[in-house]
This record gives sequence, structure tokens and C-alpha cells, in this order.
Amino acid sequence: MFLQQLINGLTLGSVYALIALGYTMVYGILELINFAHGEIYMLGAYLGIIFLGFFTVTGLTYYCLPLALVLTFLLSIIFCSSYGFTVEKIAYKPLRNAPRLSPLISAIGVSIFLQNYVMLTQGATDKVFPSLFSNSGIEFLSVRTTYLQLFIILASGILMLSLRFFVRKTKMGKAMQAVAQDKIMASLVGINIDTVISSTFIIGSGLAAVAGVMVAMYYGLVNYSIGYIAGIKAFTAAVLGGIGSIRGAMFGGILLGLVESLGASYISSEYKDVYAFAILIIILLVKPGGLFGKAVV
Amino acid sequence: MEFNKLKAIFREGPYKAKSLMIALWFSFLFLPFKGLKAALILFGVLLVSLWFLKFLRRYIKVLRKRLQGIGDSIPAIRYPNVRSMFFVLLVLFLFIPYISSDYFTDVAILAGIYIILALGLNVVVGFAGLLNLGFVAFYAIGAYTYALLNTRLGLNFWSALPFSIMFSTAAGFFLAIPALRLRGDYLAIVTLGFGEIVRLIINNWDSLTMGPNGVSGIDSPSIMSLSFGKLAYYYYFVLIFVILTVFVTRRVYCSRIGRAWIAIREDEVASSAMGINTTMYKIYSFAFGAFWAGLAGTLFAAKMHFVSPESFTFMESVLILCMVILGGLGSIRGVILGSIILVLLPEVLREVQLYRMLALGSGIVLLMIFRPQGLIGGKGASFRS
Repeated sequence: MFLQQLINGLTLGSVYALIALGYTMVYGILELINFAHGEIYMLGAYLGIIFLGFFTVTGLTYYCLPLALVLTFLLSIIFCSSYGFTVEKIAYKPLRNAPRLSPLISAIGVSIFLQNYVMLTQGATDKVFPSLFSNSGIEFLSVRTTYLQLFIILASGILMLSLRFFVRKTKMGKAMQAVAQDKIMASLVGINIDTVISSTFIIGSGLAAVAGVMVAMYYGLVNYSIGYIAGIKAFTAAVLGGIGSIRGAMFGGILLGLVESLGASYISSEYKDVYAFAILIIILLVKPGGLFGKAVV
Repeated sequence: MEFNKLKAIFREGPYKAKSLMIALWFSFLFLPFKGLKAALILFGVLLVSLWFLKFLRRYIKVLRKRLQGIGDSIPAIRYPNVRSMFFVLLVLFLFIPYISSDYFTDVAILAGIYIILALGLNVVVGFAGLLNLGFVAFYAIGAYTYALLNTRLGLNFWSALPFSIMFSTAAGFFLAIPALRLRGDYLAIVTLGFGEIVRLIINNWDSLTMGPNGVSGIDSPSIMSLSFGKLAYYYYFVLIFVILTVFVTRRVYCSRIGRAWIAIREDEVASSAMGINTTMYKIYSFAFGAFWAGLAGTLFAAKMHFVSPESFTFMESVLILCMVILGGLGSIRGVILGSIILVLLPEVLREVQLYRMLALGSGIVLLMIFRPQGLIGGKGASFRS
């Protein structure tokens, strides 16, 4: 029972971690809580359903399921990144020199807009993900891990590691670090800040898209309102690990997933969502720097 | 000035590209959600409207200059007599139940309750400059306190009112003490979390709050044997409270406390150097804001005779925040205007109700970009972390 919940929590946690990375990167660079990020994740889940549905209709999933899946992921990433890019250009860029709360309120506006945009175009009812995967998995010490869970954990792990590599080793990643440290100084040494910020949004949204598609596969149900609560939880994860720190977001996400699934099974599942909020408030009050970050408030 | 901003935004960013590219881009974004046909339609509509905008932009400058000339020559239009307008409006408000239908009176009562709420939030966000995204929690506490005291213990409106106000004020006070160590957006997130926790507790504590089913059968207030259950009576009842709220918040705004809030909003370090106990005054602003939310919650519960957790979601907090921002942060007149607009708008736009929230979302973004001070907010009303 405990180990089973551990696996479930790990699955959930790696999804939170993927979304949290988007929050933490944007916060590190713009000091902005990107409220719309949860909605990008929701868009990703919808896009996953839409594209996989499309491939099912055209018969691609029947001939070659892996290809259809890869295409679904790729297309979702492309579209979500485009949405993230557009949102930044429209709603945040004009406010870059405004008081700090203006972009936050603007982000709430974007979030409301995207939610209702999806509700109007896709309907208010739950969307069902085509069930393509058998429930099979490996059993070990009476713990069942489905292949899907394994896939989610592995894929998130690989993505997080490659992001870490990207930020540390590549030119763009180093530019991101520089901009996060000091925008003016970075622009003085010839870094194009707009490009860096745009690519931050593109990468963050791409990760959220992957998280969205995987959640849609895992739960099989998607609703236009899933973005808000997932966004808050991922933000909690980012704060828990120390906002601005990529390593922190990974650990924070996994920790939060574990707390939630263990709390739901041992304490009370009705208060499942309360745990995240309570952790968020306690962390902010006791150790606002998070587990790995420096204090930013 | 806004026009220059608009121009600058049009010049740079995605607008630098040709209209064709913009139209193509947005229809590309739209493509997977509604299919090829709808995307093509969107493309056409966007292209035509962008061309039209381009065409318009050439003439808007000339037009604007001319309009300015007209405005200058008629000072009465530019500077309307506020006091006389106020009295005309007051008389109009007094006669609403006589000149309008029950339906409209009902909407007016709701507007009154929202005015009290928005004025309360204005104390926190507008005066003290602290973003509170969980304001609805205090509203919920006020509403549920009255609902439970009334249905469980049989207390009437007047004996329950002090309790609901006291509880919500105390909640504001106790949330403020730890939360105010944080600043800016972190404070916003903690208040958001608080709001959600209160709602989730109400939703799940079945034995006390009846959970999602809500509490029903709440009494209307009465004085002696006069019950305010009738819509028109209740309208006046709420109106009296609205006037009280406006009066008190205005007086507090002009007092030493109000000036301390403004000072904290404009520059916290400088104001604490001037000897203002910033933490204390911030706590005051939270408690004072929560006070009005408790009052509004009680009035809401007494009006609906029913409360359920659905009325106290995060969206409600955002809506109240929008009222404050739309009218103008820190401006009492502006907040009243903003609440009336946002309560009336959905009633007017009933046919296009589906697109209401879409418009609200994009409206918030546009407002933040082009007019962050709100419709009639003062120039001085800035807000920062």
C-alpha cells in the first residue's frame, strides 16, 4: 500500500515538476508569477486529445502507434510553445517596466481568457482521452507499476536532465542565467534580452505541453478548468524547492506529489487540495527561500 | 499619453510584422481547436480588421487633435460638476425600486453588496497597495457566520451581524500577521491559498456547513415588526449600508491612518523612515478590508436566504479585484463605478453570456496595458510591491 502510493505520488510529482519548471524559469528571469502557465498545461492536455483523436481517425494509431504518439507530443509542444510565446508578447512584454503587480493581474486576465477560449471551442464537458494503452505493467513486491507510469516518470526525468544540461552548457542557457542575474548587465554584454525571455517562455510552455499530454493519457479525462489547480500546485512545487532554481523545482514537484498521494490515502482524500495550499503557505512563511533557493522576498 | 503607448506597442513586437503574418499566426494558433474552416474564417476576419485598423490609424491622429480642440472649448464637459452629479445619482438611486422592475431592483441590491465588497478590497489593494487574491474568504466567513448562527442558533440579523463582522475582521487580522512579512506577489499567492483553503474547508466540513449543498432557510433582517424581506425594502436596507461604507471608508482615507496607507503604498522604506509603523498599518488595512467583506457577506446571505461554497470561488475574488481595478485603484468613486459596471454588464449582455468571461479576461489585459490607473483613477494611484 505504501509503496503503491509512493509510485503514484512519483508519477504525479514528476508531472508537477515539469510544470513547475516553467514557473521557476519565468520567475527566475522576469520575477513574474506566470498565472497563465497552468492554462498552457491545460492547452497541452487538450491538444494531446485533439491530435491523437485526429490520428485515430486517419488511422495512423492503428498502423504505427509510436509514430502517432511522437507526432502528438511534437505537435502539442509546437502549439503550446507558440501560445506561450504569444502570451508573453501580448500580455507581459508591454508591462515589463510597469509596477510589479500589473503583469500579475494581466496574467490572471490571460488565464481567464484561455480557460474560456478552450471552453467555448471545445465545450464545457469533460473530454475523454482515447484509451490506447492496456493497463498492463510490471509487478514487483506486490506493487503494480503500469508502463504508462513508468513512461511518465522516465520521460520527465530525461526532460529535466536535458533542461539542466541546456541551461548549464549551451550558449542560450548561459544567457538565461545571465539575464536572471542582472538584466541590464546582460544586455550590456550583448545578450538580446527579448530573445532570451521568449525562449524561456517557449521552453517552459513546451515542458507544460508534455506534462499536459501525459496527464491526459494518465487520467483519461480532461476538463478546461484543470489548469488552475494544477498551476497552483506546480507553483507550490516551485516555491517548495526554491523559486528560480531548476533543481528545486524538480525536487519540489516530486515531494509535493508524494505528500499529496500519501496524504490522500492516509489522512483524508477530501482535503487533497488543501495539502498543497497549506504547504505553500507554511513554506512561504517559514522558509520563503524554499529548500534549494536563496530568499527572494 | 496612452496613445503614445499604443503606438509604441503597435510599432514593436509582433505588430511590426505585416498584418498578413499576424492573421496567419493567430489562425495557426486557432487551427487545432476548431478545425480548418473556422481557422480560415478567423484568418479572413483578422486580416480585414487589421487592414481596417491600419487605415484607421492614419486618420486617428487628426481626429484626436480635432476632438481635443472641441474638449478644450467646452470646459463644462471636461470638468463636470461632481457634487451636482452625485446628488442627481443619489436621487436616482433612491427611486430605483419605484421606477424599475423587481428584476432590476434585485440586480441593484447585488450591485450594492458588491460595492461594499469592492470598497473593502479597495482599502487593501488601492489604499495600502497590497494585492489580496483571497478576499472572497472574508466574504465567505461573513456569509457563513450569519447563515449558521441564524439557522442553527436562531439568532436574528442584528444579533448575528456583530459576530459575522467580528469573525471576518479577526480572520483578516490573523491572516495579516504572518502574511505581511511577505511582499508583492508572494503575498498575493498566500492570500490566494488562504481563500482556497477556506472554500475547501467549507466544502468538506459537512457536519457544520452542509458541504456543497449549502445552508438554506436564512432569515431576512427586520426591525421591530418590519421585515426587510420584500425586495424594495431590502434595497433601501442595502443602500443605507452602502452609504455608511462610502462615508466611513472616505473618512478613514482622509485620516491619519489613510494617509499612512498611501505613504506605505508609494514607498514603504521612506514611510517607515518617517516613523510609520508599516506592519501595524498593513494589518489595519487587512482587518479593515475584511470588516466590510464580513458585512457584505452577511447582507448577501440575508438576501439570498441561501449560501453555498460555489459563491466563494477564486473567480469571485478576481471579479471583485476587477471592479477595483476597472474603476481605479484607490478612488472611491471609481470603485463604485467599476462595481456597478461589472454587475450590470452580465445582465445587459445576457445573450452573449458565453463570451462574457472571454471579454473579461482580455479586458483585464488591455486595462493593465493601456490604462492601469482605471477608468477614473487618479494619476497618483500607482501600486507596487
